[in-house]
Amino acid sequence: MTRVAVLGAGPAGLAAAEAALAAGAQVTVLDEGARPGGQFWRHRPGLTDPRMQHGVRRFEQLQSALAGAVVHSGAAVWSVELREPGERGGAVVLRAAVGPADGARREAVVVEADALVIATGAHDLALPIPGWTLPGVTTAGAAQALAKRDGVSVGRRTLVAGAGPFLLPVAQSLALVGSTVVGVHEASRIGALAGGWLPKPWQLLGKSAELAQYAGALARHRIPYRIGSGVVRVLGDERVEGAVVAQLDADWRPRPGTERVIECDAVALGHGFTPRLEAAVMLGCEVTGDRRGRFVVVDDGQRTTQPRVFAAGEVTGIGGADAALAEGAIAGYRAAGLAQDDERLHAALRVRDRMRRFARRLETAHGIRPGWTAWLDDDTIICRCEAVAKRAIVERAEVPLRAMRLATRAGLGPCQARTCGRAVEAIVAEARVSATGVTAAGQAVDGSDSAAPGGGDLGFERRPLLAPVRLGELGGADRPTCGEN
Amino acid sequence: MRIAVIGAGVVGAACALELAERGAEVVLVDRVGIAAETSSRCEGNLLVSDKAPGPEADLAIHSNARWRALADRLDAERTGGQPETEFEAKGGVVVAFPGGEEALRRFAAAQRGIGIRAEELDAERLLAAEPHLSPEVALAIHYPDDAQLQPSNTTQALAAAAVRHGARLVVAEVTGSRAEAGRIAAIETTAGAIEVDAVVNCAGPWAGELGRRLGAPLDIRPRRGVILVTTPMPQRVFHKVYDADYVGAVGSGDAALQTSTVVESTPGGTVLIGSSRERVGFDEHPGVDPVRAIAAKATRLFPFLEETILLRSYFGFRPYAPDHLPVIGEDPRVGGLFHATGHEGAGIGLAPATAELVAHAVLGAPTSLDPVPFLPGRPGIGVAA
Ligand SMILES: Cc1cc2nc3c(=O)[nH]c(=O)nc-3n(C[C@H](O)[C@H](O)[C@H](O)COP(=O)(O)OP(=O)(O)OC[C@H]3O[C@@H](n4cnc5c(N)ncnc54)[C@H](O)[C@@H]3O)c2cc1C
Ligand SMILES: Cc1cc2nc3c(=O)[nH]c(=O)nc-3n(C[C@H](O)[C@H](O)[C@H](O)COP(=O)(O)OP(=O)(O)OC[C@H]3O[C@@H](n4cnc5c(N)ncnc54)[C@H](O)[C@@H]3O)c2cc1C
Repeated sequence: MTRVAVLGAGPAGLAAAEAALAAGAQVTVLDEGARPGGQFWRHRPGLTDPRMQHGVRRFEQLQSALAGAVVHSGAAVWSVELREPGERGGAVVLRAAVGPADGARREAVVVEADALVIATGAHDLALPIPGWTLPGVTTAGAAQALAKRDGVSVGRRTLVAGAGPFLLPVAQSLALVGSTVVGVHEASRIGALAGGWLPKPWQLLGKSAELAQYAGALARHRIPYRIGSGVVRVLGDERVEGAVVAQLDADWRPRPGTERVIECDAVALGHGFTPRLEAAVMLGCEVTGDRRGRFVVVDDGQRTTQPRVFAAGEVTGIGGADAALAEGAIAGYRAAGLAQDDERLHAALRVRDRMRRFARRLETAHGIRPGWTAWLDDDTIICRCEAVAKRAIVERAEVPLRAMRLATRAGLGPCQARTCGRAVEAIVAEARVSATGVTAAGQAVDGSDSAAPGGGDLGFERRPLLAPVRLGELGGADRPTCGEN
Repeated sequence: MRIAVIGAGVVGAACALELAERGAEVVLVDRVGIAAETSSRCEGNLLVSDKAPGPEADLAIHSNARWRALADRLDAERTGGQPETEFEAKGGVVVAFPGGEEALRRFAAAQRGIGIRAEELDAERLLAAEPHLSPEVALAIHYPDDAQLQPSNTTQALAAAAVRHGARLVVAEVTGSRAEAGRIAAIETTAGAIEVDAVVNCAGPWAGELGRRLGAPLDIRPRRGVILVTTPMPQRVFHKVYDADYVGAVGSGDAALQTSTVVESTPGGTVLIGSSRERVGFDEHPGVDPVRAIAAKATRLFPFLEETILLRSYFGFRPYAPDHLPVIGEDPRVGGLFHATGHEGAGIGLAPATAELVAHAVLGAPTSLDPVPFLPGRPGIGVAA
C-alpha cells in the first residue's frame, strides 16, 4: 500500500488526505496547529459566530474522512528529507516534535512515506509602516484568527488596510465580534482592480457570490470601503491612537497632500501572503519567482520538480481556500498513484484551472507595488525581532545579501525573516537601483546563491530548519559520527 | 604594479589591503561582492589550540599576533554604517572525556614546545572558568591565545580599508586570461578585460576552477561544514570550548561525515556550535544528519543545551588541498599568477599571515615566515605542469 504523508492540515492538506485515502493509500497528516483546519477553518463550536464560518459542511466531511488517517496535531515538523531510491525505508522522511511548543520535552515523531504532499500554506504579510510596532497593530490574519477562534476583537475602533479580497472577511468578522470598523483601505486603484476583476467576470462565478456577500456585510455595518488608499503612519505614544491614511498612486506611492487622520485604537494590516516555502526548499523543489513573490513549481498533477513530492494550496500560488481544496485533491490522488487522466480527478482539475485564473487576476489586481517604500521613514523598524531600522539596511544595501544580513542583523531573529524578508529585499533592491540608476524590475536582489547549482534567487527563503527545535529533541545521531580518536 | 586580487572573501580582502598599503594598484574582483561566500558562512575562531607543531602552526601563531593589532585598527577606522569586527581574545578550553586524557596531554606538551601557551586546569579552576561544563569531562587545557571575531563583518572592514588605500572593487566573474610571453597580461571578466602585472587567486573553494580558467589548475576542493545557532540566552559559555577529537577531524582524509564540537557564545547572546566536515562537493542540501550529530556532541559537553532552542543552522564549503596545507605563492607554470587558498577550516585565522606571504611573493616585501612549505609547486596538490 502506498504511504502518503501530508504536511499541513489546512484546506489543501485535508483535501489531499481525503483523496489519497479514497484512492486506497495509507495516510499520515502532520500539522503544528492544535486542530486540523489550517488558516481557514479556525472556528470553535459554540465560540465562533456561524456567519464567520465558511464551508463548514465541507470541513466536517474532510474531518470525518480523516478518521482513516494517522493525524499528528501539535506536530512541528522541523525537517523533511528525501532518501535515495536504493536506501531502506520510505522515500520521504519527516521529523516532528509533538506537543505544546513551550511545554516540557516534546515527543519525537518520525514519519516515513513513499510520497509527500506539501500543503504548508502561507503567512499573511503586513508591510512595515512608521508606527507599526505600536501595540494595537496586528496583521489582518491575526485579527481574523482572534475573531474566529476566540470571538474577540483586536480593538473597539479598528482600521483595516492593505490589499486583496481577504480584507473583506476580516472586516466582517471584526464587525461581528463587536468592533466598529472605521474603514477598509484597499491600496489598489480602480485601474488595477478593473484590469484584474472586470475583463472576464464569468471566471469569478462562485467567488463573486462570496464577494457580494461581504460587500453586503460592509454595507450593513456601514463600513466605508476606499480604494487607492492606505495607512501610511500609525499614531500613538504607548499604543495605537489613530492612523494617517493617504491616497496611493498606481505604484502605491502616497500622494502628497491627501493625508488625513482617522481615530482608532487598532489597525489590522494585510498586504498579501507569503508562502511557507521552507519544506519545499529543503527538499530541493524548484521555486519560481523573485522577491515580489515566490512559489513552488508544480505541473498539472501538482508534482514538484522532485520525485514523489507534490505541493498544493497557497505554497503554489495565492488563490484562496477553493483553489487549495482542488489542488489538494489532485495532489492526494496523484500521490496515491492515480493517473492524471483518472476520472476521479476530473472535477478537481476543472475547479483548479478556473481558480488558477482567478489567482492570476488577484495578483494583477492586488499584488504589492514597488512604491510602498515611499511611506517609510529612515528610522522605521523593518526587522522587528532585531529592531533593525530602514537606514541600517540602506547603508549596507550594496553588499551581498548574506553579508548585509550579518552586518545589520536584519532577518536573523526568532522569525528568521519570515515577517520582514520581503520588505528587506524590496528595500535593498530599491537602494541598489537608486545607487546605480539601473531600473531592475524583478532582477535578482542577490547572487549569493550563484554558486549553488539551480540555487536561483531564493532571497531569505533558505531555512535549514523548518521549525524551532530544542537541541535535546533532535534525537542524536542515527549512526556513529565521531571524528577519529 | 597593477595587481588583480580575485575573490573578495577574507583572504582576498586581507591580501588587497596588504598590497594596497604597500603601494600597489589593486583591483579586487568578485563575482558577487565582498564576503559573499565562505567568509560569511563560517565561524570566526582564531585558534592556535588545534594546531600540531608544523608549518600551519607557525602561520597560525604569527597570524594570531597580527590579528590583535589589525582588528583594533579596523575598528578604529570604522566609518558610517560599518559593523565592528567583534574581536574578542576570550581564550579556548579544550577538554577530553575519559580515555582521551593522555592524547590531549601529549598534544598540549608538543604545542608548548613551539611556544603555544597551554595550561592544564584543575577541577576548581575549570569550574570557575566554565561552570556549566559536563562533570563527565576528565581533562581541560586552557589556551589563553585563542580568540574570535565576526568573519563577515571583518571581511567587509578589510575590504573597506583596502579601498581607502586606493584599491578598486569590481563585481564581475573572472572567465579567463590573456598571456604575453608566458606571463599573465590581462584577466577577462564578465565586465571586460583588466590589464594587470600580477594576479592573486583568492577564490576560496573555487580556486581550483579559477586556476583552470587562468591556465593553472589546482587541486582545491570543497569540504562542507554545518553550524548550529541557538536562540539568545544569558551567557553560560565563556571560552571557546571544544572536545579534543576536533584535533582528529581537522587532519582527517575521510570523506564521510565527521563532527567535532566547538561551542562558543557570541556578543548577541546566541551560542554557536560547529561543525561538521563532509566531502560532498558543492552539495547545498546537508539534510539533518550533521545537525543531529553536532547537537549530540554539544549536549554531552554542556548538558544545559538539551533545553536550548536551535534557531537556525547554516553551512559553507571549506577550501582544502589534499595535504591540508594552505597554498600560497607563485604558480610555477604561469608567470605573474599567485595563489592564496586552501585554508580549509582556518582561513579567517590565517588571513593576515597569508597576506604577508602574498606581499612577499608578489612585491618582495619582507617576512619572518618561511614561505616554502606553502608554495604551489610542492608535490601532492595536483599541480601537474
Ligand atoms: C492568518 C490567515 C487568515 C486567513 N483567513 C481567511 C478567511 O477568513 N477567509 C478566507 O477566505 N481566507 C482566509 N485566509 C486565506 C485562506 O486561509 C487560505 O486561502 C487557505 O487556508 C489556504 O489553504 P492551505 O491549505 O494552502 O494553507 P493553510 O490553511 O495555511 O494550511 C497550512 C497548514 O500547514 C501547517 N504547517 C506549515 N508548516 C508546517 C510545519 N513545518 N510543521 C507543521 N505544520 C506546518 C500550518 O500549521 C497550517 O495549518 C487566511 C489566511 C491566513 C494566512
Ligand atoms: C562551517 C565552517 C566553519 C569555519 N570556521 C572557521 C573558523 O572558526 N575559523 C577560521 O579561521 N576559519 C573557519 N572556516 C574556514 C574559513 O571560512 C575559510 O577558510 C575562509 O572563509 C576562506 O576564505 P576565502 O577568502 O579563501 O574564500 P571565500 O570567502 O569563499 O571567498 C572566495 C570568493 O571568490 C569569489 N570567486 C570565486 N570564483 C570567482 C571567479 N571566477 N570570479 C570572481 N570571483 C570569484 C567568490 O564569489 C567568493 O566571494 C570555516 C569554514 C566553514 C565552512
